[in-house]
Amino acid sequence: MLLRIGAAIVLVIAMLAIAGPVLTRSDPSAQNLPLRLEGPSLAHPFGLDELGRDVFARMLVGARISFLVGLVVVGVSSIVGTLLGAVAGYFGGWIDDVIGRATDILMAFPGLLLAIALVAVLGPSLANALLALTVIGWVGFARLARGQVLRSREFEYVQAARALGASTSRVLLRHVVPSTIPALVVQATLGMAGAVLSEAALSFLGLGVQPPTPSWGAMLSGGRVHLLDAPHLTVFPGLAIALLVLGFNFLGDGLRDLTDPKQRRAAVSTVAQG
Amino acid sequence: MLRFLARRIILTIPVLLGVATLVFALIHLIPGDPVRTMLGETASEESVVDLRGRLGLDRPLYVQYGVYLKDLMRGDLGRSLRTNEPVASALAARVPATFELAIAAMIVAIVVAIPLGILAAVRAGTFVDHLATTMALIGISMPGVWLGPLLAIVFAVQLGWLPVSGRGTLAQLVLPAVTLAAPLAAILARMTRASVIEELRELYVIAARARGVSRARAVLRHAFRNSLIPIVTILGLQVGAVLTGAVITETIFAWPGIGRLLIQSIGFRDYPLVQGCILLIAVTYVSVNLLTDLAYGLLDPRIRYE
Repeated sequence: MLLRIGAAIVLVIAMLAIAGPVLTRSDPSAQNLPLRLEGPSLAHPFGLDELGRDVFARMLVGARISFLVGLVVVGVSSIVGTLLGAVAGYFGGWIDDVIGRATDILMAFPGLLLAIALVAVLGPSLANALLALTVIGWVGFARLARGQVLRSREFEYVQAARALGASTSRVLLRHVVPSTIPALVVQATLGMAGAVLSEAALSFLGLGVQPPTPSWGAMLSGGRVHLLDAPHLTVFPGLAIALLVLGFNFLGDGLRDLTDPKQRRAAVSTVAQG
Repeated sequence: MLRFLARRIILTIPVLLGVATLVFALIHLIPGDPVRTMLGETASEESVVDLRGRLGLDRPLYVQYGVYLKDLMRGDLGRSLRTNEPVASALAARVPATFELAIAAMIVAIVVAIPLGILAAVRAGTFVDHLATTMALIGISMPGVWLGPLLAIVFAVQLGWLPVSGRGTLAQLVLPAVTLAAPLAAILARMTRASVIEELRELYVIAARARGVSRARAVLRHAFRNSLIPIVTILGLQVGAVLTGAVITETIFAWPGIGRLLIQSIGFRDYPLVQGCILLIAVTYVSVNLLTDLAYGLLDPRIRYE
């Protein structure tokens, strides 16, 4: 159920992002100053912002930014993190120590803080936000992959491949890493939610996407000064962020239930108890 | 117990050194000339040379690092570029506000989440459980950058019940604390539910019930007590999220804490102050994680003697 609802939400928003230019005739950057801060109407379903720009059209572009951030951050983080985690778990010893200490230090910074620090010194931009979120993003994948690899390297089929003379890279890439994929897919889906939230937070703080490019977080930040006279500037972009994050969280939770038989059994026995 | 304490504390030292090193490196990650970036392109050569000297950036890197660590040991974090105030004093002035907000948020989260989690566990699989778990998932997905302004629209703008910004009265604390508490409460409720459900399946709970212990007592005195370890863990780990959330919440509600100071310092390119804020938040986080580890030892003797 959660899986379907999550998939439906994510799919609908993804389709809106793709089909954006077809869905509205309004130019997201066209200003209509006489109508600034106008509320929702038939012509402008989500109203106009402080410069008289169509909020709906800007949100469609913002959806693309959110997906771009999620895909790039999760894509790069998962590849880098999985490889490093797999290498650490498989080889152990000093390699594991070095990668382990690096993850320990990065994890000593709470969540978004290191990203804020990096963007603060590198300069606010979408590219630097992507870089900063990736720097903090790979750690979770590395930890997960390491744990999974520690478990799967003892599997008989892995030992058999080694005994048959398969090279280390072949054992790792063909036998060990694939067994970690289900857990990583769940982590990646939840990571998409985290990336969307983090980008929104960075843009809200003025450290992510820079004007005039629309992003949901930046739109929320712009709407903050118009809470009294134009609450629609806050309501719609925030709702979009919450919905997309909820969609990814539902999807991640659903996938976890699907891929982890222990969880599924627990859920079944829980229902049985009730 | 002493050996356990000593081992945990010793293991924290390299992490703290790593944190300090990364914070030191931040200023060197600034593209181009960091001093020019801080002062702006129009700054005179004289003021650039002066600031470079004051920050010690004209010395070899290893000397800078040594001096930085030595100063850090003495609590000297440098001076703010904008106000020339010692960074440590600026931080000390803001710490109480962030501390107050974080504690208030954690109290709100605990008061809401733990009863909700226990209720969902006891009524697992029923409508109450589905409602509680869905609410928790919505709470996790709700961005603080949205929840804060939304609460302000409803409770400050529409109803006029609460002030929208500032610090000093209890009423001013309510909206920031609830905004910061929401995701924590959601995560805590989920963890409490899962943990209590697991304990309820244990034989000792079934045995207690068979001995005639009431259902409420079996849940609260037996199952809940033993499910405290994962709950304490999550609470400890979530301190990081609370500290990061404080950066956003303080910005939304003009709350005069470390988070707002950090964002203001970034705006002014006051990098010594930025470094100080980051270091303080990270060290607080590491310390809370250490305390969480120690709390484990107290809650579960098996961990102490591992």
